[in-house]
Amino acid sequence: MTTPAAVQTLDLSTRFPDGATPDARPGYSGWLVDKSRLVEFATALRDEFGYDYLSSVTGVDYLPEGKMEVVYQVYRTTGGSGVMFKVQVPRQDPVEVPSLVSIYPGAEFQEREAWDLLGIKFSGHPDLRRILMWEGFSGFPLRKDWHEPYFEEEAKPYKNRWPDGKIVQAESNNPYADNIAYPPDFSPEAESFDPEKALYDALRKYQKNEIGLNTDHIIVNLGPQHPSTHGVFRVAVMLDGEEIVNLKPVMGYLHRNHEKIGERNTYLMNMPYTDRLDYLASMSNNFGYALAVEKLMGIAPTERADYIRVLMAEMTRISNHLFLIGTLLNDLGAYFTPMLYALEERELILDIFEAVAGSRMMCNYFRFGGVARDFPEGTFQKIKEIFFERLPGKIDEIDRFLSENEIIRSRGVGQGVLTAEDAIRYSVSGPMLRASGIPYDLRRAEPYSIYDRFEFDVCTRKNGDIYDRLMVRFDEIRQSIRIIQQAVKQIPPGPVTSVKPMYQVRVPAGEAYGRVEGPKGELGFYIVSNGKPTPWRYHVRAPSFINLTAFGPMCIGQKVADVVGILGSIDIVLGEVDR
Amino acid sequence: MNDMYGKGILKGLSVSLKRFFETYLDDLSWIGRRYNTDAGIAHRGSKDARGIFTVQYPEEKIPVPEEFRFIPFLVYNEGPNGEKNLLCTSCGICAKVCPPQCIWIVRSTDPATGRPIPDPAEFYIDADICMNCGLCAEYCPFDAIKMDHDYELAAFGRHIYNKAMLSKPTKYYESIRPENATRENAARAAKLAARTAPTKAD
Repeated sequence: MTTPAAVQTLDLSTRFPDGATPDARPGYSGWLVDKSRLVEFATALRDEFGYDYLSSVTGVDYLPEGKMEVVYQVYRTTGGSGVMFKVQVPRQDPVEVPSLVSIYPGAEFQEREAWDLLGIKFSGHPDLRRILMWEGFSGFPLRKDWHEPYFEEEAKPYKNRWPDGKIVQAESNNPYADNIAYPPDFSPEAESFDPEKALYDALRKYQKNEIGLNTDHIIVNLGPQHPSTHGVFRVAVMLDGEEIVNLKPVMGYLHRNHEKIGERNTYLMNMPYTDRLDYLASMSNNFGYALAVEKLMGIAPTERADYIRVLMAEMTRISNHLFLIGTLLNDLGAYFTPMLYALEERELILDIFEAVAGSRMMCNYFRFGGVARDFPEGTFQKIKEIFFERLPGKIDEIDRFLSENEIIRSRGVGQGVLTAEDAIRYSVSGPMLRASGIPYDLRRAEPYSIYDRFEFDVCTRKNGDIYDRLMVRFDEIRQSIRIIQQAVKQIPPGPVTSVKPMYQVRVPAGEAYGRVEGPKGELGFYIVSNGKPTPWRYHVRAPSFINLTAFGPMCIGQKVADVVGILGSIDIVLGEVDR
Repeated sequence: MNDMYGKGILKGLSVSLKRFFETYLDDLSWIGRRYNTDAGIAHRGSKDARGIFTVQYPEEKIPVPEEFRFIPFLVYNEGPNGEKNLLCTSCGICAKVCPPQCIWIVRSTDPATGRPIPDPAEFYIDADICMNCGLCAEYCPFDAIKMDHDYELAAFGRHIYNKAMLSKPTKYYESIRPENATRENAARAAKLAARTAPTKAD
């Protein structure tokens, strides 16, 4: 019997004798595909080999080689390892690659992001606009020859900090803000410039006008400053009466170019920065990043550290889902009472984080090869008190008084339906995917860390509406409690780090894609190292950003009042969406 | 749809009402001790918490755990004449590991020889940029920079701390992190013993 991986390699090379070659660079894997054969290759992967789920699309700027590369990760929703394939194009503008939106609609936002930040033009993309930066921004910030306005040096640590630390404040270097560049054909003073033109044109593109009448459609902007958007997030909707004809999310208000910061940072410095991605689930972010870098370094954490990581990740999932249940009910009109009941339980979990990691939300607890420090005295006692005695009953209580409430049922059941096929097509992940009936959970589909040792169920619901997305979170909290109870019983004594703690880790050249099942969905880190102390490319596959791809299609045909509920059920955190 | 319209609302309101009364029941069983006492604050943050769990800041404060971290400080040993001997050797590891690069160190040089001496001439931390990650304290090989517990630092203007503002005595460190201090002192003593033992044998 041959292993599935062997069959796959064999098949792909016989299926594509030319046009696709295995990536032979040391430390790299996957396939290099010809630009002209890309669409054919992706279609074959999806239709003949069953790789129906496009996880990640991103670009890499290989400046010294004069190349741009687009990296795709595809998986099967039935589980197992995935296929990585890449397209290389010369770095001269226009850098053009065929778009895969027609095959994997989930690529829509990710390709827009690659265009916005790296300047890779995806020909055939239906709506290729900037997504995180604004129209009228000059340049492509993730390119290696682009410098930010307060640019100091290519890589940290900066040399003027030590040994002659003559302190300067960054803003005093540039008092008149005269380092801001504009594109050649752009003037901020020109009156004719309409920053929203591209957005509104994109909305109008799909305006239905079947009988030739120009009916009265109005454009309404929800946000960016509104509590229901869970941060600074804007939704531009085109309405026909109360019905939504088209909807485009507008994001990037919290954009700080996390990935560029990550490419200036050393590997360890990135750890606290990952906390700031999805700030409600910082332990999960730490987990994904640590896994990706450990994959590159070829090290594994100790047994005890593995258990601590799982404990922390599951506690994070519970606290995140509790927060979601609270905020979603706020969005549906149950103003603040259920939210505070949920937050009360979350506080107890954050107390544990504070005692262990030193901070309630910005935990910065994981290290390469383990965790920062062992649990202090009394932590297990506290975990047992909360997860064995208190929380199961409290979850049941919240569930009991919410799930049969008629307002929640009437606002949730049948609203914002995402079918199973659409959920896969739009690369939706996490609880949203499972609420649509796809039992795809990375902890089972491609077990990482020690998740194969625990007994738990992959929670699914059938209908994929707002109500199911709420209920699947209740189910997942119960399963996480189960995992925590098992982990507490099994955890062995021993050291919590397998390597000597070092502030400058050596990472061999190569690439790695580490992914974890975060509370919001599949959180992936794609890292390219060239052997230097800082990563050459650091990409975050942000689940709440990609889950938003399905937001527009879910809302079309619904009433405008349901937009808030549907957005709430996606569970976005703007720190992660905007990065 | 339910058989009776409004049943869910009544059920939800009954939960709220139950919580409302629970606060008073808890008040009765903790009479006089639920507020403004350490035991009362701990009770409201424990698994047995019932009813209102909010803490009336700033009249009441939740005690921070030992590992809590907020803005680094420099540890010094007090000399016999009250001089402050910083443990810092200005090796620069904290400045190199700092993710937002908010630490600035000026190394002293010996005026006679021009060689660097292990003592910082100046040490700045831009606390507005500091992200409280604690990496500087974690990777300092001399236990010279530690994370503080004092989180009340509202002020007008920017927080740029110099060496004088950052220096705090060893006693203060031992008072906020007793377990860590004991562990580190033991490790240092063991290291010293290991270093001196072979020389004695020679």
